[in-house]
Amino acid sequence: MACGMFSTLAWLGSDDVALLDVEGLSLAINNIPLLDRVCLSVEPGQVLGLVGESGSGKSLTALSIMRLTPRGARAQGRILFGGRDLAALPERQMCAIRGREIGMIFQEPMTALNPLQTIGRQVAEGFRLHLGLSQREALNRAAGVLARVGLPPESIPLSRYPHELSGGQRQRVVVAMAVALEPKLIIADEPTTALDVTTQAQILRLLRRLVAETGAGLVLITHDLAVVNAMADHVAVMRGGQVLEQGRAAEFRTGARHPYARALLDSSRYAPPRRAPDLKAVTLLEVEGLVREYALPRRNPFRPAPRRRAVDGVSFAIRRGECLGLVGESGCGKSTTARAILALEPLQGGTIRFDGRGAANLSGAELLAFRRRVQMVFQDPYGSFDPRHKAGRIIAEPLRLLPDLTQPEARRRVAAALEEVGLAASDASKYPHEFSGGQRQRLAIARALITRPDLIVLDEPVSALDVSIRAQVLALLADLQARLGLSYLFISHDLGVVRAITDRVLVMRDGQIVEGGETAQVLQAPQHPYTRELVTAALRLDRAVSPQPDLAS
Amino acid sequence: MSAGSEPLSISPGDCWASRAFRHPSFLAGAAITIMIAFMAALSLVWTPWDPTAIDIPSKLQGASPQHWLGTDQFGRDVLSMIMRGAVASMAVSILAVGLGAGLGVPLGLLAAQTRGFADHAIMRASDFVFAFPALLVAIMLREVFGPGWINAAVAIGVFNVPVFARVAYGAALPLWTRDFVLAARVAGKGPSRITLEHILPNMVSLVIVQATIQLSLGVLAEAALSYVGLGIQPPAPSWGRMLNEAQTFMALAPRLALLPGFAIIFTVLGLNLLGDGLRDVLDPRLARER
Repeated sequence: MACGMFSTLAWLGSDDVALLDVEGLSLAINNIPLLDRVCLSVEPGQVLGLVGESGSGKSLTALSIMRLTPRGARAQGRILFGGRDLAALPERQMCAIRGREIGMIFQEPMTALNPLQTIGRQVAEGFRLHLGLSQREALNRAAGVLARVGLPPESIPLSRYPHELSGGQRQRVVVAMAVALEPKLIIADEPTTALDVTTQAQILRLLRRLVAETGAGLVLITHDLAVVNAMADHVAVMRGGQVLEQGRAAEFRTGARHPYARALLDSSRYAPPRRAPDLKAVTLLEVEGLVREYALPRRNPFRPAPRRRAVDGVSFAIRRGECLGLVGESGCGKSTTARAILALEPLQGGTIRFDGRGAANLSGAELLAFRRRVQMVFQDPYGSFDPRHKAGRIIAEPLRLLPDLTQPEARRRVAAALEEVGLAASDASKYPHEFSGGQRQRLAIARALITRPDLIVLDEPVSALDVSIRAQVLALLADLQARLGLSYLFISHDLGVVRAITDRVLVMRDGQIVEGGETAQVLQAPQHPYTRELVTAALRLDRAVSPQPDLAS
Repeated sequence: MSAGSEPLSISPGDCWASRAFRHPSFLAGAAITIMIAFMAALSLVWTPWDPTAIDIPSKLQGASPQHWLGTDQFGRDVLSMIMRGAVASMAVSILAVGLGAGLGVPLGLLAAQTRGFADHAIMRASDFVFAFPALLVAIMLREVFGPGWINAAVAIGVFNVPVFARVAYGAALPLWTRDFVLAARVAGKGPSRITLEHILPNMVSLVIVQATIQLSLGVLAEAALSYVGLGIQPPAPSWGRMLNEAQTFMALAPRLALLPGFAIIFTVLGLNLLGDGLRDVLDPRLARER
């Protein structure tokens, strides 16, 4: 057997005939080796979770199975599917297999769907192409498939365009396209990464159901170990183009053998050691009745433009040395709140008090003094750096808030800030693209630290990072907070991260705060129905996706 | 592997010189442009003959060792005229583009920076200028202010202003929504400083590309103005007027029309290739997406 290293695993030796057997698949693009003897096996009606960090080769493995690798790619090895070797099949026969026998679900539904075609036509396409049905028959069949994925034509007509649907509905259309012809194998590449947690649970539940109903095999590619835990029967861990470990999901959860797989599990559960918050500490920031309204495009030229409240009467307080979490799904107004506090957006109402003094609608010297004490870290560390500036200049940028600083003193501060976040002082002369993702976020933290602020607003600071790097950045944030007595406003959609680092948490929805309190308490015993839904979808995903939630618990 | 999640680097450190040397249309465009520029520069200090010297006895000669490209109806050396004509084309279009970019880019940046009233005023004003037929207005301006190469350049340049204003505006708007601009505001920078330090450097490649394209259009516009007698005044040679004068002798000596025509085509082609190449070389993201 080509995959000798795994032949000892019990499940591969079972009597079931594998649906898909990838044997010793190696792939090089422009002579750069990217996959190294990958071996995988999927059985009918089972879910194989393919886990790994970015660049581990998991998407490339999926594309190799579909023979959709980019130009200049050369593959070796065998891909056995239903008795045929896909690697050796001519392109014409491969076209008949794609969509017909292997369906694929992509990460970003907005780019996977054709914006100029109705959803009905897009789902019907497979029937016309592979079964040669007429447009009318194909649309009839498409209606059936869409109903099965939870988009009944009575409420969502086939004539809708992708932009008229929500993110979750769009992904349902993508799923419908993949399963329309009842393929024997479905490959889902990060199918829920672009979705909110509650929507993610719905899509995963749908995939579960479809696999159970049709007996198809599912290859679920994800970086999210919670998704794998909730969904997979078998797990394969990839790194650097190799499959490091492969086995039953239950065994993986409790006793991953490979050190990297164990490290991955550990960092996904990582919570940095933190001191208990000082409950008697003075209030640093107090926000009351914050309102931020936008004018929407006018519908009628003779009426005032309609308005939308992105932030609707938000009130909270942060104590000195505290880390306050602000959670919610995309579009709930949490980032707008943060920007409004920093006076990056104008306010239509409410008061802000910082260290006992009013801080709403500041301008001029007062605003500069305020910004010196309140800094911000953005989600995408790359996007928040001017690509044409070197790291030293980027970090030194906020120093203009301290006009009395001399040049040598400024240079010393830059070096100190770099060392504080675990980088070298010599890194100041590099460009942002020369750093890795984790280093870039360290750089962003260094920039926020350089004015010695009291409060740092962190807007999804670890969402763009791989789990192992995420753990490092969380540790750094906790360490800095303890050493420098910082207060954090920590904005995130990820309840796992919020649980790890915050003292108190506020749950936001549609511009309003629906629930708030001690983090442990809110996540243990959520009171508001929305919080309950959020907590179930995020922290108890296995329960959220099981077909009968009551039996599972 | 999440393909496409990593932003492509567009930093100057990414060795754009090496990209340039692998880019065929950039190399071709640069070679042609440098050749024309060299020819123009050389003609200022040396031409085979005096391009304005009339020598009736040797009129309408074909190519010969004395006159490589022959002579025209007044016996002037065609090669010398084409060489000196390049000076006129270059001077007019460079001045016109300089004027257009010098006024248009700041206006576009200002519109993107201020939004609101100034934004609308500037962009509607450029729409207004766009609504006029450029060449006709250039002819009108020339009638009012009199002929001469500076006036020709100003007339062409006026119509370059809205072009550059729109390019700058369109490039600056998305930059203003980027996180690094937000970060600069958190660092206490005012809007003008952000425009100078962050917006302008990040869009300057687009302006350079647009400038080469406007240069080629300027060459065409100068030729058109000279053709109708409103550009460079005689006796100084210009490609447009050479075309005009050659009309009468089309049957007798077609090369008198073809040669300046080729010179115009060659220059415009070179500048367009250069602009295309520069776009790919300065901003690799555009090259991969197109």
